[in-house]
Amino acid sequence: MADIAAPHKRVPAMGRYRWAVASRALAATAGGYALASATAAGLGLALARSGSHSVDAVLWATMLGFVVHAMAALWAFGCANARRAWIGIVAPTALLEALAYALRGVTA
Amino acid sequence: MRPDGKPEGVRQSMSWMHTWSGLLLGWLLYAVFFTGTLSFFLDEVNDWMRPELHQSVPSPQTAALAVAAMQKLAPDAAAWTINLPGERQTAVEASWRKPGAAAGRAGTQRVHLDAGTGEVIKPRETRGGSFLYRFHFELYAMPRIWGRWIVGIATMFMFVAIISGVITHKKIFSEFFTFRPRKGQRSWLDAHNATAVLALPFHIIITFSGLLLLMSMLLPWGAQAVYDGDMQKYFAESRGRTGGAGAERDASARGGRSPIAESAALTAIGPLMEIAQARWPERGVGSIVVQKPGTPAATIELREQGARALQRGTGERLLFDGITGAPRNPPEARVPSAAQAVSGAMMGIHLGRFADPAVRWLLFLSGVVGTVMAGSGLVLWVVKRLPERRKLGRTPRGHRLVEVLNIGAIAGLSVATAGYFWANRLLPVDLAQRADMEIRCFFMVWALCLVHGLLRPHRRAWLEQLWLAAIAFTALPLLNAATGGVALPAAMLQGQWSVAGFDLVALALGALHGFTAWKLGRSATAAKPSNTASGAGMSVPRPVAQSPEKAP
Repeated sequence: MADIAAPHKRVPAMGRYRWAVASRALAATAGGYALASATAAGLGLALARSGSHSVDAVLWATMLGFVVHAMAALWAFGCANARRAWIGIVAPTALLEALAYALRGVTA
Repeated sequence: MRPDGKPEGVRQSMSWMHTWSGLLLGWLLYAVFFTGTLSFFLDEVNDWMRPELHQSVPSPQTAALAVAAMQKLAPDAAAWTINLPGERQTAVEASWRKPGAAAGRAGTQRVHLDAGTGEVIKPRETRGGSFLYRFHFELYAMPRIWGRWIVGIATMFMFVAIISGVITHKKIFSEFFTFRPRKGQRSWLDAHNATAVLALPFHIIITFSGLLLLMSMLLPWGAQAVYDGDMQKYFAESRGRTGGAGAERDASARGGRSPIAESAALTAIGPLMEIAQARWPERGVGSIVVQKPGTPAATIELREQGARALQRGTGERLLFDGITGAPRNPPEARVPSAAQAVSGAMMGIHLGRFADPAVRWLLFLSGVVGTVMAGSGLVLWVVKRLPERRKLGRTPRGHRLVEVLNIGAIAGLSVATAGYFWANRLLPVDLAQRADMEIRCFFMVWALCLVHGLLRPHRRAWLEQLWLAAIAFTALPLLNAATGGVALPAAMLQGQWSVAGFDLVALALGALHGFTAWKLGRSATAAKPSNTASGAGMSVPRPVAQSPEKAP
């Protein structure tokens, strides 16, 4: 796809471009899935611990998880550069995972 | 996503994203959309592909005949389920479970009964519409779980493509009324946009609910965390909260009869049917479930025809004592919570879980629109790159690959599906492994179409396959009448709407393919006078305005 988009003489730039696309693609797929999983777990536990029925907590959190994955994928390709793409995905994932970890021991 | 690293607007990057998330798995998504759309008529396809069942014409005695047949066939079963004929089914479909039988489909025995006589009908061996239905979320010839993962990932790509497409297309509603025919690339773009916007709510719901249906496999981490790894407990609780269906199933599984149970005669079904008919004058009874038949503890449950309401387990049902016929209070259906209502309604739409024919046709048409959207998007990728190809003076290998895959995935799938239905009627009835042979025919035709697209000039390949599909679909009602099925006029007169419905869908598909081929052929001949030298194939770049893909 990339060789169509630019003349061939700019090979070093093309190489960097391809790496950037690959990096963002990984952020969108694997990173996005990690964020979706953290959302489902963290939000699910938060809802369940704050009085929701467990089934409802799982359903809301999982539904939101799918939406979050799609948003993460859009973010990964929509933001200015690959590094920002990763930060925008890894940071909330870590936060939500920490929340899930903290809540796991708590009983409602 | 510019290679030169210059900053760009959100819409440009979303456009880039839409292109690539749409193309990468576009062919798979097209096949999922196509076979899934046909699956809105799963019951109809199943009936059509078993012409032996067409002779079955319901009568007022059907329920009594079916119960009598079950008393002979499975006197000591734990439960019987008798699906009565209706607008989507022409014969009685009965199943039963032996006490202590394996859970799920493995422990269930099934039989078709003639609705007029109660005789067992042995239809030809076929997977019927279930093959297309299963293919649309499990693919074929691979472990079921792989197929589901592949389709699940493709569904997420689709979801991303839809959202990025909406962002890209800023003037989404004002441009909805824009259609510029005979303008090459613009026409394709307009067609793609129009089909996308026309059924946008449908596309979003069908895609998102597709993810929800595979939820416990794709994203189990919410349940894992909340239930601390005990998925069985989650499933049990979510079943228990949805209403009677799950709890009841558990009860019937446990309620295997003890060997010393006394026997008791079942009450006559006729009077119960009359009570139910009076209560549901429009739809009547759809199915009869008998628990512990032949014992003093027997119960008979009647369910309303087509009452597969949006929410699972909310359809009307009547419960009777199996011996005395006295009415009993059915287990109360619990009111679903908001989360269950939202997810359940979306999944209900995906599964077409309400039998109203008008709504079913609307879903089918939305599915067709979605299929056209996916197909036109794939073609648009090629058309959009024709100027670039002309400038280059040759066809890059990637472009040619997309062209060939488009022909095979779009036109080829239509030919293969029609071929599947033809094989169903033309293969000998007593062929060994007949069901597998039908499926093999489907894949062989599909592979031949792919090869054909590779060998023939690009435009010729499209035209030939589209015409072939048009003829093959249009001739299906004739084939049906000629090979033991009920002819379309007779089926309509007798009210056998499952068979008639299939024939009507086949005619509609024939017309759609014929129309597309006709438009494509017309634009091709219109382009010829000014471009006589280029008939040889798509390796000769041609101006956009004369591109062969400019049919709508």
